[in-house]
Amino acid sequence: MDMQYSPEQLAFRDEVRAWIQSAMPAHIKEKADNGGNFEHEEIMEWHKVLHSKGWVAPNWPEEVGGTGWDVAQRHIFSEELVRANAPSLSPFGLSMVGPLLIQFGNDDQKKRFLPKILSGEEVWCQGYSEPNAGSDLASLRLSADKEGDDYVLNGQKTWTTHAQYADWIFVLARTSTEGKPQAGISFLLADIHNTPGIDVKPFMTTGGTMAFSETWFDNARVPQENRVGPENEGWTMAKALLGHERTTIGGVAESYRWLMMIKRIARDTPAGEGTLWDDPRFRQRVAELEIRQRVVGIANLRTLADAQVGHAPGPESSILKIVGTELYQEVTELAMDALGHNALGWIDSPSDALPVYQQSIASEFNYLRASTIYGGSNEIQKNIISKAILGLPSS
Amino acid sequence: MNFDLTDEQQMIVDAVSKYVENDSPVERFRKLRDTETGWEAKAWQTMGEYGWLGVAFPEEQGGFGGSFVDVALILEQLGRTLVPEPFIASVVLAGGLVSRLGTPEQIERVLAPMIAGETTLALAYAETQSRYDLFDCATKAEKSAGGYTISGEKVWVLNGHSADAYVVVARTSGGRRDEDGLSLFLVENGTKGLSRVRVPCMDGQSAGLLKLEGVEVPAESLLGEEGAALSHLEWAIDRGAAAACAEAQGCLGELLDRTVEYLKERKQFGRAIGTFQALQHRAADMFAEVQLCRGTMYVAAISADSDDVDTRRAEISVAKTQLTRGGWFVQENAVQLFGGIAITDEQDTGLFFKRVRVLQGLFGDADHHTARYQTSPRFELGAD
Ligand SMILES: Cc1cc2nc3c(=O)[nH]c(=O)nc-3n(C[C@H](O)[C@H](O)[C@H](O)COP(=O)(O)OP(=O)(O)OC[C@H]3O[C@@H](n4cnc5c(N)ncnc54)[C@H](O)[C@@H]3O)c2cc1C
Repeated sequence: MDMQYSPEQLAFRDEVRAWIQSAMPAHIKEKADNGGNFEHEEIMEWHKVLHSKGWVAPNWPEEVGGTGWDVAQRHIFSEELVRANAPSLSPFGLSMVGPLLIQFGNDDQKKRFLPKILSGEEVWCQGYSEPNAGSDLASLRLSADKEGDDYVLNGQKTWTTHAQYADWIFVLARTSTEGKPQAGISFLLADIHNTPGIDVKPFMTTGGTMAFSETWFDNARVPQENRVGPENEGWTMAKALLGHERTTIGGVAESYRWLMMIKRIARDTPAGEGTLWDDPRFRQRVAELEIRQRVVGIANLRTLADAQVGHAPGPESSILKIVGTELYQEVTELAMDALGHNALGWIDSPSDALPVYQQSIASEFNYLRASTIYGGSNEIQKNIISKAILGLPSS
Repeated sequence: MNFDLTDEQQMIVDAVSKYVENDSPVERFRKLRDTETGWEAKAWQTMGEYGWLGVAFPEEQGGFGGSFVDVALILEQLGRTLVPEPFIASVVLAGGLVSRLGTPEQIERVLAPMIAGETTLALAYAETQSRYDLFDCATKAEKSAGGYTISGEKVWVLNGHSADAYVVVARTSGGRRDEDGLSLFLVENGTKGLSRVRVPCMDGQSAGLLKLEGVEVPAESLLGEEGAALSHLEWAIDRGAAAACAEAQGCLGELLDRTVEYLKERKQFGRAIGTFQALQHRAADMFAEVQLCRGTMYVAAISADSDDVDTRRAEISVAKTQLTRGGWFVQENAVQLFGGIAITDEQDTGLFFKRVRVLQGLFGDADHHTARYQTSPRFELGAD
């Protein structure tokens, strides 16, 4: 057992850290220091900087554009990005449909789609959920009927994050109503701009941002060649992919960044004769959460270490989404408490009432309530643990 | 001991409840939240006509001689549909201080039109550096030929963007953090040297950022005794805290009811999600916290009228802490159990979530009140 980074890993970390600092455009860096509420354009600008360095898709195999890094290096890289408060890239191409195409796509599909995901020329979004198919995703109803060389899509997706910026959407659609609901689902790729009948209607989140959309399909024709994998096997492929993201979705690194921001707020916030950072009660609360962050971080490291030596993910990986997102929410709650009266503010509060770097905190505090809901709600995760890991019988 | 409502109180509850359901559903707040003022003069007048704005003021001041419990019962109902009129700022905070300390002339001039629903008031006390310390005040009022000259800045003034008159806390002597030397002044909107900026808030309501640059006020503007305002300010802010608990009670009750309804309606995996025991227990825990909040809210409202300052402080700190810790469980689980739809702005859960979070942070958060509780004789010596 060994928990230290090797000298090579430390050297790699220093290299990455220095590069990020030198590569980040000045206006992005300024925003990163001011709370980092990035616009889509800024995210894509950073995407392109990473792409030109060849570092945009560390989780892809080297031959299709990955970096050839091992698990530890990838972890170091993602931690450094968070540490620098760099814009988070859109995950839908790089972490979702990209890896799925790499695993299940045919050569034409790989050639057609992967380079433009890497370059950022084509932006993707994920069309899984429907108004009546959330936790019970398999009950989805978006229909895809064969007609000539096409599938004709009718129905609705919802909560499609960033669909308004996307060029393509990957959807789970119903191609058969026979057998179990899971058995009749196919994985299709649709060109949002060039397919008549697809309509994206952005709507507002409680964070005050237009983060997601309703996506409507009205006789929208998708060529059959845009189906990934065999017909009616979309469910199995989508499931296989879900496991990939366990170590990042919990937001352990983001929680650490928030803890740093809480300390910044506390140092900037007058309280009593000094600042909030002098208040032992407040420091105690920060320390308790920082310890919890370390506890969850260690569980995360164990999962990574298992992967590094080639073991299948252990049972501890299934808890990461739950404990990680709960922690993530707690740090946002503490940040709000740290703000004191400034927690009344909102993204459009004027800067003489609320310092710029504090302006998006309340928005994120609200939006991140979603972290225990999306990606399989925490209740669903607990159902999985109790059945699949603990072997408890179904009710 | 008796927690029953009197017949009069039940009548108030029924009247306000009918009003919010018929005349001020959540949609009204939705329409108003992006507007400059954020509330309607017409609705305020109606509340004045119904007598709600004067319910707890003495009859000789034009009020109805009721108790703070009456105020709390009104606020709970207003909380149920997020009624945005500035009740706490105007009636409880500024109105309360004018009623307690005002000369007959001040009461006639400032309080009477507010009770009638013709004007609104605000209390300007917090400053950037003050956090929850009420005595921490850098704003100064210096004696001048005709009265006082006030200079300083006040932040997050509830209804500060739209009040007709302000009660301003300013220092007439001593250093920034001295407990003595605070005074209260009545300052009308539009007075030379007073400027205000509207600050949109998380909950869709607004506050004011007030700048006082050499504001000249006559000697008759002094409210109460010079230099001795702190105990009165603390009284008003305690009532603000009790009022926050009351309004939040309406929001929390609504969150619970709506969540329970949704658990019955929403189907996943071929059945209502309310059939899942994990969610049933969560709902039961939410119910428990709403009940716990209700008890402490009533005791806080009763104590708000008490002359026993130690009891008032202790009970209000208990209630505010419960609202912030126990109430939080209710609001966070309401969002969780609604699932993705609760993250959309067009669904109401988030509106209640935000309003409750704002009320939790006003007039001292849980850390502040848990610390203050430790200064009570009850904590040191035990309850008698
Ligand atoms: C901000 C945000 C972004 C999103 N982005 C996308 C996106 O880009 N693409 C996409 O396809 N989807 C997206 N989603 C949708 C997300 O995946 C769903 O919200 C999620 O799957 C939950 O479904 P639901 O909202 O319908 O809740 P429901 O399934 O209705 O659940 C409601 C409540 O019931 C609980 N529950 C349900 N079943 C059970 C059970 N068996 N046992 C115990 N409890 C249960 C849930 O945990 C939840 O608390 C997003 C959602 C949000 C909030």
